[in-house]
Amino acid sequence: MRPLEGLVVLEFCQFLAGPSAGLKLADLGARVIKIERPIKGEACRQLSIKDLFVDDSSLLFHTINRNKESFAADLKNPEDLILIKKLIAQADIMTHNFRPGVMEKIGLDFKETLAINPKIIYGTITGYGNIGPWAKKPGQDLLLQSLSGLSWLSGRKSQEPVPFGLAVADLMCGNHFVQGILAALLKRAKTGKGVLVEVSLLESVLDVQFEAITSFLNDGGQLPERGDVKGSAHAFLSAPYGVYQTLDGYLSLAMGDLIFIGNALGVDLNAYVEKSLWFEKRDEIRTILANKLLTKTADNWIEILQKEGIWCGKVFNYEELDNQPFVNELHLKQTVKNSDGATLVTTRSPIQLDGKILTSIKAAPKVGEDNQNIHEQFLNNA
Amino acid sequence: MKPLEDYLIVDFSQFLSGPSASLRLADLGARVIKIEKPGTGDICRTLYTSDLIMNGESSVFHTINRNKESFAIDFKQPEELEKLKKLLVKADVVMHNFRPGVMERIGLSYEAVKIINPTVVYASISGFGNHPDLKDLPGQDLLLQSLTALTWLSGNQEDGPVPMGLSIVDMLAGAHLAQGILAALYRKATHNIGASVQVSMLESAFDFQFETITTYFNDGGELPVRTKTNNAHAYLGAPYGIYKTKNGFLALAMGSIPVLTSLLKCDALLAFPENKFALRDEIKNILALHLQTKDTDFWLNILEPADIWCAGVLNYQGLFAQEGFKVLEFTQKVAMLDGYTYETTRCPIKIDGEYFTSSKGSPKLGQDNEKIIKEFIAL
Repeated sequence: MRPLEGLVVLEFCQFLAGPSAGLKLADLGARVIKIERPIKGEACRQLSIKDLFVDDSSLLFHTINRNKESFAADLKNPEDLILIKKLIAQADIMTHNFRPGVMEKIGLDFKETLAINPKIIYGTITGYGNIGPWAKKPGQDLLLQSLSGLSWLSGRKSQEPVPFGLAVADLMCGNHFVQGILAALLKRAKTGKGVLVEVSLLESVLDVQFEAITSFLNDGGQLPERGDVKGSAHAFLSAPYGVYQTLDGYLSLAMGDLIFIGNALGVDLNAYVEKSLWFEKRDEIRTILANKLLTKTADNWIEILQKEGIWCGKVFNYEELDNQPFVNELHLKQTVKNSDGATLVTTRSPIQLDGKILTSIKAAPKVGEDNQNIHEQFLNNA
Repeated sequence: MKPLEDYLIVDFSQFLSGPSASLRLADLGARVIKIEKPGTGDICRTLYTSDLIMNGESSVFHTINRNKESFAIDFKQPEELEKLKKLLVKADVVMHNFRPGVMERIGLSYEAVKIINPTVVYASISGFGNHPDLKDLPGQDLLLQSLTALTWLSGNQEDGPVPMGLSIVDMLAGAHLAQGILAALYRKATHNIGASVQVSMLESAFDFQFETITTYFNDGGELPVRTKTNNAHAYLGAPYGIYKTKNGFLALAMGSIPVLTSLLKCDALLAFPENKFALRDEIKNILALHLQTKDTDFWLNILEPADIWCAGVLNYQGLFAQEGFKVLEFTQKVAMLDGYTYETTRCPIKIDGEYFTSSKGSPKLGQDNEKIIKEFIAL
């Protein structure tokens, strides 16, 4: 039995952060119903990467919204709003990521929702919280990365700020949202009362930086400084930490005893026996290592290093990764199918429960695909 | 009332992934007891980054392990193991991030713990799960970023692999483990059954890339291509990126090129009336040259009123000076038992209007032994 079986989630969220949380809840067993405006549906349906579509909706939408149902309703239409309120009365959880003020206007803020369902768990995602000068700013991932200091942690010192190449603020916030909602379920199990859960992209992208920010706070306000050699991987870590080019591709070296690693590679690092130099002179040291590593193939080096128990690994691209037998052996892919029978291959939940992976064949719904079913189950007698 | 009040978590994990999960659970109200090896403790205590030592131990350890207790016990000794089992009997959650096989050898596998505590939630993080060829490889963040191709998404086209500059896979695995534990605790609360929860860094890194990996699976196997300059997302068109200005940097998210052309008075962009993905390098190039000519605020003052998604690029100093940051009260001061205080961040989740702060700093190794023995073991 999946842990959230029997729970009904109404998802008013759009785009990535909220819906990625809904997906996790769905995979953990909840019944997640997307509430979407009729015909066009959620905005992400038309947001595509490389113009890839599965049906009327983008592959991107399908990736984020599999294993969910869709109920089409116009929140600005009073008749539809009555239906939505009937649904809320029977739901366990509702989530939205409207900008502050929108749900108040519709009449579905937390207080009003509690009057409809005193046990509702009401989750909201904002960009920057509800107060302060940033509350109305667009909560967009790259902007959050830029404002939060995150773009000064990757890449090299002489480069411009280098953002993370995927929507890390959205995704971490989605993860925190799931944690908050699950904790709220535990609270409700004790008190029998509704719970308000609030997360923001800004707090989430700051939480990811908790180590770097704590260093900054306790190190006299010193800013993180990136290494300046290609393949620099962490502003706070000493040599050899980083990526290196070899004769035929790249490998990574994690932390370890530099002198020992130097010996394994056949590099003389006697000038750097003093441990403090491993950080201070990391660019110099990494340049020496980089020159040496260029002389053999990645497999060659990995064999030499692994024999000594040194932490290293190859750098794959998606093709090389996809060719690894473990991808299928660990069932890292799953195939999902929509109501027309169209299929696509995607990833699955990263959580295993009672020794089992959590998969589901159900692809993302079409707009309003489940209206009739939901009417029959929730609305006809309510 | 904190949601996890009255829950007891016994945590054998070290470094970042597991301890970041138990930190979250501690902030949500659980009592977390770290089980540590006498003498050395969690290896993270001596894992220094940029050589920052606080009160004799690493800054990283203090960041991840505040709001927890420490019980130093050599559970490889049979009589000590028996003592420890008395604590495990009372635990709601037992968690670890040893490599597969280690807890089995100690005699604390899920099956073994379930015998003395049938409704326990037993949670573990590994690098690669139980895969026979992989299970003995180090589950280390940079190696997982490298293995799962995450390094080809950030930076510019000619930069080679560019890792994300913090332990993102550790943190994701920790976040997913916390989710699994919370879901299992909910099932335990409603159905009174235990669970085993497993997360691997490999699966967490896949999940993080679910959009780009799914794209790869469905676009005929095309590899992501980063833009030549100003890359912020391999799969997004211009202007998406960070640009140098006369006095700093400006981030531009999605936006219409013709609209930007007229707002920025950038005539060279008139040649690109349609925002063709294939021409994103050329468009970015022109934008980069143009944006260098004026200060960041000059551009923001034009773009923000027009609802263009843009922002200045801040470092921690700049961020901390902003009112939008200050109103969050995101930092907190914590104190260790010996009186040493330090500043750190707080839990990012707010429930019923309450921020989950705690003034309790990280524990010295074994500082809670006496109390724990008295409470759980001495009987």
